[in-house]
Amino acid sequence: MTPTSFGNFDAAQWSAPLAVLAQWWQLANPQMLRDQRTNILLGTVLGLLLVAFFIGRLLKRQPESTANPAVVRTFNLRVRAWLLMCAMLILGFVLGYSVTLVLFGLVSFWALREFITMTPTRRGDHRALFWSFMLFTPLQYVLVAQGDSFYAFYTVMIPVYASLFIPARIALAGDPKRFLERTAKIQAGLLICVYALSHAPAILTLNITDSAGRPWPAPAAAPAPATSQADDTDPMPATPPATATAKAPAPAKTPQQLGSNAGVLFFFILLVQLNDVFQYGWGLLLGKHVIAPEINASRTWEGLIGGCLCTMLVGVILCWVTPFQVPEAAVIALIVALMGSAGGITMSAIKRDRGVKDFGTLVQGHAGVLDRIDSLCFAAPVFFHITRFFYTA
Amino acid sequence: MASKRLTSSILAGIGRILSGATVRWHESQPDPCQRIYFANHTSHLDALVLWSSLPRPVRDVTRPVAAKDYWSKGPVRRYIASCFNAMLIDRDEIKVHQSPVDVMIREIGLKYSLIVFPEGTRNHEEEMQEFKSGLYYLSKKRPDLELIPVYMDNLNRVLPRGEFLPVPLLSCITFGPPMWLEAKESKVDFLKRAREAVRRLKEV
Repeated sequence: MTPTSFGNFDAAQWSAPLAVLAQWWQLANPQMLRDQRTNILLGTVLGLLLVAFFIGRLLKRQPESTANPAVVRTFNLRVRAWLLMCAMLILGFVLGYSVTLVLFGLVSFWALREFITMTPTRRGDHRALFWSFMLFTPLQYVLVAQGDSFYAFYTVMIPVYASLFIPARIALAGDPKRFLERTAKIQAGLLICVYALSHAPAILTLNITDSAGRPWPAPAAAPAPATSQADDTDPMPATPPATATAKAPAPAKTPQQLGSNAGVLFFFILLVQLNDVFQYGWGLLLGKHVIAPEINASRTWEGLIGGCLCTMLVGVILCWVTPFQVPEAAVIALIVALMGSAGGITMSAIKRDRGVKDFGTLVQGHAGVLDRIDSLCFAAPVFFHITRFFYTA
Repeated sequence: MASKRLTSSILAGIGRILSGATVRWHESQPDPCQRIYFANHTSHLDALVLWSSLPRPVRDVTRPVAAKDYWSKGPVRRYIASCFNAMLIDRDEIKVHQSPVDVMIREIGLKYSLIVFPEGTRNHEEEMQEFKSGLYYLSKKRPDLELIPVYMDNLNRVLPRGEFLPVPLLSCITFGPPMWLEAKESKVDFLKRAREAVRRLKEV
């Protein structure tokens, strides 16, 4: 109350937890704070999204004659979903990679929820479903969080162990009706929503090199050995001592890092999302030959080809945040685009079979998580494996 | 009292997370006036989820009707029942002037609303069972009460009968427009109309 009462304020008492916090922060973020390139890319994308968000709000107020309200609504929903995605990634990157994993785990959980809600199950599936939600989903992410040494385990846990457990558990429940179909539904849900998606955050655990096997990001010429701080405590790949032709002058006191796993993950997510937009855009502009009219009337060959080309272009333009060289980035972007499109059309087929338009419309008021991440789910394992097989030591 | 309030908030939160419930008011609005919410019964969670999907001020004056023989057994159940301000009805000992309907009318006074499940027992089948006559006698003795049909979709998959491990799927709760007992409407007609009102909400 009186100014003297502030005299009792013990600075040391307050600084102790702050110091612990700062230390933890350092441990959790070996790369993010120093990675200039990813910061630039993230900042740019976030800025563009914010601009798009405000444009969307302006368009919403326009009279119906100038802007088609349905298109504006779709646009606004998309932009909001991307902003959310961006915020989630930034939150994860800032608070540490384990937080990113937890966030992806929650997305998987929600997507599986939507998937199973849409597919009819029988009473006898109840226990198998319980274990899918409560055991296999969290376990997959826990295993991924253990890092690359657990690769052999998390890569088979769901495709082998969960896939064998589920039919056995359903059989134990004693209901033989449409047995294979019911088993397949739960297996597909786990495979797409949990297993496939978990490969996206798994990129963060890789020890990335460039295609020639040199450490990436190229270590800055360390001015003094003292600056190579306690990297061995980092849960993420430590930067090995400089061997390659490190030309970075790095006059600054703390060397800026030029690339990180977070950047590679962001590059991937950006490509997949942009690919969706390009496919849609080219389909609207040139689309004539629909790929499968029974499944999705808006996916055309023209959209697919145009989308792939544009995605390749973006991949090449943005390859400076990744260890990929220009031609490599083009091929990877093409594969990502093709897998993303495959994911989109597969999920369309499932939705068409169940007679719903969006996973979000199952339950009013929810933006369908699965609608936003379908292409991500399909592209993630392939992108992860390419990175792991060709860009790790 | 404070601890009960906290417990009930926590339980309501758990119920909402587990059921992932979307709440829709179809041609109807939440209101703390005296009402009877009647719903299809497919899961243990029904009363909890319905109750927690009401806005706080409405929830505070709404009491689920529950079976005394089950909910007064043991301190935990008794405590939970008291958190929800549940109205425990004796199913075994029904006396003159002590019929469940009489007890309900007396207990709600001029303040409380009720949540009832007129199917009586939890439903196994896809199709709703016939409604028991309690709803008819309630509205006959208190014709001023608004009757709100509620349809609870997918909750039977979250926690089916005889299960204790929930599967956190998404469910949907739809509140329908209020209805009343018409003049000279027979019991059978009224119960059929009430059941139809709940069933119709499945399609909206």
